[in-house]
Amino acid sequence: MLGFILRRLLATIPVLLIVAVLVFLMLRLTPGDPAAILAGDAASSEQIAEIRASLGLDRPLPVQFAIWIGNLARGELGQSYFYKMQVTQLIGQRLEPTMALATLTIFFAVVVSIPLGVLAAWRFGGWFDRALMGFSVLGFSVPVFVLAYILIWIVSLQLGWFPVQGYRRLADGFFPFLHHLILPALTLSVIYIALIARVTRASVLEALGEDYVRTARAKGLPEIRVLVRHALANAAVPIATVIGIGIAILIGGVVVTESVYAIPGLGRLTVDAVLARDFPTIQGVILFFSFIYVLVNLVIDLSYVFLDPRIRY
Amino acid sequence: MHRRILAAFTLGLMVCSATAQDKVLRVVPHSNLSILDPIWTTQFMARNHGYMIYDTLFGTDEKNKVQPQMVEKWTVSPDQRLWTFTLRPGLEFHDGKPVTGEDVTASIERWGKRDAMGQKLMTFVERMDAPAPNTFRMFLREPCGIMLEALGKPSSNVPFIMPKRIAETPADKQIEEHIGSGPYVFKRDEFKPGDKAVYVKNAKYTPRKEAASGTAGGKQVFVDRVEWNLALRDAQAQVNALAKGEVDVLERPAFESYEQLRKADGVVLVNKDPLGFQYMGRFNHLHPPFNNAKVRQAAIAAMQQEPFLRAQVGVKEFYKTCASMYTCGTPYGTSKGSDIQSKSNMKKAQALLKASGYDGTPVVILKPTDLAAIQKLPDVAAQLLRQAGFKVDLQAMDWNTVVSRRSKKEPPAQGGWNIFLTAWLAPDVWSPLTNAALGAAGEKSWFGWPSDAEIEKLRDQFARETDDGKKKALAEAIQVRAFEIGTHAPLGEYVNPLATRKNVTGWVIGTGDVYWNVKKN
Repeated sequence: MLGFILRRLLATIPVLLIVAVLVFLMLRLTPGDPAAILAGDAASSEQIAEIRASLGLDRPLPVQFAIWIGNLARGELGQSYFYKMQVTQLIGQRLEPTMALATLTIFFAVVVSIPLGVLAAWRFGGWFDRALMGFSVLGFSVPVFVLAYILIWIVSLQLGWFPVQGYRRLADGFFPFLHHLILPALTLSVIYIALIARVTRASVLEALGEDYVRTARAKGLPEIRVLVRHALANAAVPIATVIGIGIAILIGGVVVTESVYAIPGLGRLTVDAVLARDFPTIQGVILFFSFIYVLVNLVIDLSYVFLDPRIRY
Repeated sequence: MHRRILAAFTLGLMVCSATAQDKVLRVVPHSNLSILDPIWTTQFMARNHGYMIYDTLFGTDEKNKVQPQMVEKWTVSPDQRLWTFTLRPGLEFHDGKPVTGEDVTASIERWGKRDAMGQKLMTFVERMDAPAPNTFRMFLREPCGIMLEALGKPSSNVPFIMPKRIAETPADKQIEEHIGSGPYVFKRDEFKPGDKAVYVKNAKYTPRKEAASGTAGGKQVFVDRVEWNLALRDAQAQVNALAKGEVDVLERPAFESYEQLRKADGVVLVNKDPLGFQYMGRFNHLHPPFNNAKVRQAAIAAMQQEPFLRAQVGVKEFYKTCASMYTCGTPYGTSKGSDIQSKSNMKKAQALLKASGYDGTPVVILKPTDLAAIQKLPDVAAQLLRQAGFKVDLQAMDWNTVVSRRSKKEPPAQGGWNIFLTAWLAPDVWSPLTNAALGAAGEKSWFGWPSDAEIEKLRDQFARETDDGKKKALAEAIQVRAFEIGTHAPLGEYVNPLATRKNVTGWVIGTGDVYWNVKKN
């Protein structure tokens, strides 16, 4: 097991290196000049050229790449062209909102979707099953921003239960933190509830047709025990996989929700950096995302050992 | 039971969130604040940040007159070559050190290397000194007609006064410390890029006695803290937040939001900047077809202002046509020479284009898709130019690609361009020297790079002239020539009133987004 973990961790190095090269090249090949953006509207071509030189963007690409990789090897992601702050510091500032949003979203999604999926499988073909399938199609189809505006209008503007925007850090108190986070997390969780409920239903349905479930029922076990201990436990691997992928996607993919609810998270940072051609920040954030993806995949793989005793590394 | 628990929980949450609302002005600025050096960049957000924490030698009042601000008095020698300025007493930087003449000269020197008008002013300046702590002098090579206009210019780059040690930062490098002597102190430790910027009242600031007006007069501070919400950028979310009272001010709401804002309880619209903005279409003079003045004239004739304003602004009361390249309603605003546009129509444009020898070269128009304030202008330009007989290649991209692309001097086929459209704040275009589009020094000029010796000669004369009447005549002559050679097409003017909660009052009329004199009741 330990050897497996070490091998997987070592495998992240070439993955990150490939990502680094690709990101660096793609950014340099896409149109857009950070110097012109930094200089502002009334700047002259000479001023832009000065800024370009001060950022080192006038140097040959291999030199720029060597400098960046050298810094990376020392654990430095570089300094943002715009904010004059270390990229690690920027990521640090934005990590909490995104992680908080992702965690609460997944919490809502898991708590709601797994029981729904199990119930739908248990009542396969019935009205509840059909209603859940209908809901899941709706959940996939409604764009997040539409759902967000609808929820804001009802829950915030009409009922006044939650703020329409903003984020409070955990350090500002747990209640303000939760108060600001519930609505965005609910909005974002709908699509994951739909996804996980469908996967849970399908997996549990498959398990319910297995001999060991028939045997359990024949032994006279209560239905709840059959569903949870026998069917759900054996259906856990695909469900865990979907949840894990969901977490990974959430961390980098919450930009719409962050925009609508004005949450200063990593998604918003990435979009801002892309629009501003803030190369060090884009490179740093994408590397960070890649690392998170690799790490989440590793955790998912390790979870299989606990979920399915037949799996060994 | 469950309902009671839920009610108590919700009440608890509401109480917690309500405690943070005392005398804090919560502002949604028009954009993100990324660069904190208002001399290094011309970005408006950096300028607004500058107005919060720095003070200026002179300001421009709501009637566009330059008034002393940090300066108490000044004298000009009979030969008009020596200007002596005395600072008013009690000026102090946020670090407790007094503002001295040396701080001022260092600040002017750095600004004079970056700002176009500052560069012009510095061509007159032989040297500067500070003979006493509260005095500085400027020795000129020859009389100069733009001294006060330059030192009191209200928009980017504004000559903000910084401590000497900070102002000595090379002009091509950004400053690292953010200490001024202005009405607010920047909370560097609370600055979270893309999230919020915080300013607290500078208790030691001594405002002038006069009433606040534009960027001049007494900068009284009536709130303890101003918070710029940099994360709230979705237009609908901004409206929702203001309607619910979660923020106090939307600096520049989207035009589409005004109808909803008018209906929102507790919200008022304030047109604090009646001069507003001017739209502009800029031609690239380096490459065909716009390297031909007759083709540029045909394009100007086709680009009638009303369709641009109707499509982009839409709200009739917020826009007006303006036959001037200078802001209408300001001293140099004039319709002289504008007949090519103001008295033209599509038939005339078609005839002009036919006579110009236009060979069908496609016109590359840069269209930003992510900047709501100008994103419809290129579509209108494309349609009007097509109607006039141009072949048009409308290329969509994000605004920052436009910004990068427009600085390229290569031909359009190699990543260059023919036309881009933009908007300027009134003071940026209200005089021949602040209006970057009127510079015609070829490749040293602003993007588009027009080259015309006559305009440059007239602009030089304007800078030297000290008589207001003669300056006005020169400004007119510059505009006449600019329409003749087709430097650019002015596309009308608009205002963008701010939206605020009713309990926020005291907005200063004039150019710029400033937060002194504002009261939150």
